[in-house]
Amino acid sequence: MATMNIIQAVNQALDLAMAADDDVVILGEDVGKFGGVFRATLGLFDKYGEDRVIDTPLAEAGIIGAAIGMALYGVKPVAEIQFGDFIYPAYDQIVNELAKFRYRSGGEYAAPVVIRTPTGGGIRGGHYHSQSIESVFCHHAGLVVVAPSNPYDAKGLLLAALDSEDPVMVLEPKRIYRGPDHGTNWSKHPKGQVPEERYTVPIGKAEVARPRTGDGTPVTVLTYGAMVHTCAKAAEKAAAEGIDVELIDVRSLVPLDLETITRSVRSTGRVVIANEAPRICGFASELAATVTEHCFDWLEAPVSRVTGYDTPFPYTLEFAYLPDAGRVLAALRNTAHYA
Amino acid sequence: MSDAPPVSTELVQVLDPDGKVVDEAFVDSIPLDDVVALYRAMLAQRVYDDRMIKMQRQGRLGFYLACTGEEACCYGPTYALEDRDWLFPAYREPGTALWRGMSLQKWVDNLVGNEDDPVKGRQMPVHWTDREHNIVSISSPVGTQIPQATGVAWAAKYRGDDTVACAFFGEGTSSEGDFHTGLNFAGVWKAPVIFFCRNNRYAISTPLEKTTAVEDIVLRAHGYGIRGVKVDGNDLFAVIKVVREAAAWARAGKGPTLIEAKSYRMAAHSTSDDPSKYRPEGEAEAAEARDPLKRLRVFLEARGVWDDAAETAAAKAASDAILAALEKAEAKAHPGLDTLFDDVFAELPEHLRTQRDELAAHLASGEADYTPKTAG
Repeated sequence: MATMNIIQAVNQALDLAMAADDDVVILGEDVGKFGGVFRATLGLFDKYGEDRVIDTPLAEAGIIGAAIGMALYGVKPVAEIQFGDFIYPAYDQIVNELAKFRYRSGGEYAAPVVIRTPTGGGIRGGHYHSQSIESVFCHHAGLVVVAPSNPYDAKGLLLAALDSEDPVMVLEPKRIYRGPDHGTNWSKHPKGQVPEERYTVPIGKAEVARPRTGDGTPVTVLTYGAMVHTCAKAAEKAAAEGIDVELIDVRSLVPLDLETITRSVRSTGRVVIANEAPRICGFASELAATVTEHCFDWLEAPVSRVTGYDTPFPYTLEFAYLPDAGRVLAALRNTAHYA
Repeated sequence: MSDAPPVSTELVQVLDPDGKVVDEAFVDSIPLDDVVALYRAMLAQRVYDDRMIKMQRQGRLGFYLACTGEEACCYGPTYALEDRDWLFPAYREPGTALWRGMSLQKWVDNLVGNEDDPVKGRQMPVHWTDREHNIVSISSPVGTQIPQATGVAWAAKYRGDDTVACAFFGEGTSSEGDFHTGLNFAGVWKAPVIFFCRNNRYAISTPLEKTTAVEDIVLRAHGYGIRGVKVDGNDLFAVIKVVREAAAWARAGKGPTLIEAKSYRMAAHSTSDDPSKYRPEGEAEAAEARDPLKRLRVFLEARGVWDDAAETAAAKAASDAILAALEKAEAKAHPGLDTLFDDVFAELPEHLRTQRDELAAHLASGEADYTPKTAG
């Protein structure tokens, strides 16, 4: 075991995968000598050389298009898109090509590319370095979409993505790269303790990030990524008010762990769903509809969403925009006290 | 002196439009039997295209898209390359698969979208796949295959394989960002890839002059530091020649080549448009003088290996074969309902299993608009 932050966990996952398999290659902007703008590939260029850690021209469609070709041929590319906000030049390659290859070729061709990209706000990145992109990609059949919330899962999910026969998008919540909350680091968080060896976290499985204590009005919270920590903070405060939260880290958006989600909501009868992204057509909306379809008879209160606002992502007012523990707490109170 | 790869705007020609040989040495390098086989295949393609357009008009096919006038641009490169080389056709290169040995029946099964369609009825006609022959499945958005071919070429080079990738596309596609990014990456990587641009002068209805302000698409090779060649795309021999040279260049580790093949789309873009609405009168007729089949036939007749009787017999054989294949294809069942949900992912996830079961129940209810077509 070692204390790691998410960047170090990602770096170690890549290192282990590359050491074990010559076919694993990394491509992206500034991923080579420089080690990526968030340093996720630091040291890999020196260790594995420029043929396996490729600094590409500055063109996202080219990165993904070329990665698709590499994967068709049997090489295992890990493409880094520098910021989720910059992924859209590659949108066509991802949704019309990458996501569809197996289907459109009748199962003859598959392109199991892994795409890593930092997403979400909280690093003073303004509109173009802060957006959440998950709902857009979850909508297109053929893509696996995961969002780790801690170093342990970041390493395990990335290694699982590398094992997958499907294209996987790993959305890394950049604001918790170096610590679960402002001014803290991962050393005191149990999920900051990461085994040095190879392991995987199964794709398609949610995790209970905070179990119920059995004391108070039960409420399920469904969330993922950086919001897991915002919601954990809210859950602590709510506990003092007699609200007993079961916090589910969804972590695999497609495919979704319906069993864990419905098991929890049916047992609590109350649910708050949080995502950082805007409200309209956000992934919280998908979760809300799913919960309503599968748990309606068990619900004691309306399904509640806590989300970003339906505005572009702001710079100066970033922390006014981002859903904070206070907004989650307010939703928990409304949901717990609904009668 | 610059060591940049050469870019030439000189039109490479082996057989002129009248069938006169202008490069004897190259003609002699291709076995005459092969030329006869290629002509026979191109003639058959012309017949297939003609028959399938008619079948679409009769309502027997949902859509069709011909390569009439551009046969040399798919049969030529395929002949010139090795079977291990990867081909990324656009939607106007049926000859890539048919020349490499995809059965006519399989190809027609795709046009119909039946249970034996290699893409399981999931795409429109002319969007087939042929993994057995290293030909990648076809996409409708144009140009997406260009950076993918670069990626395959990079991977082949990385693995140390003596394999070349070839991406086919039209001049209209050269306006897409994927053209730029695919050629740029390939130039930087010196990837063993051939970019084969069929300049047929039209992007559906948009003429070349509205696509680019440069006279020759091949000039763009300069901008990527890659080799560029211009060829008469209606001259089968010349196409074979330049593709062979490009493959040798790639196999020697010198990187990509952009080939611009000057041709003309004698057909409509597809069965969904009418060229008389946008092409100047007389233009298509004038282009017939440069027909790739015509000059090849003159050549073969001059060599005494082809005549009217051979032409009639070959055309009839092709017509009989395609119509028989179509009849067989039409008698086959629709792909099973499972194929709607399979292959989205490697394994069927729970949510798709649920949706599959919902659909099965809906169809069993008798309330569905769709009725499965069974064989016969």
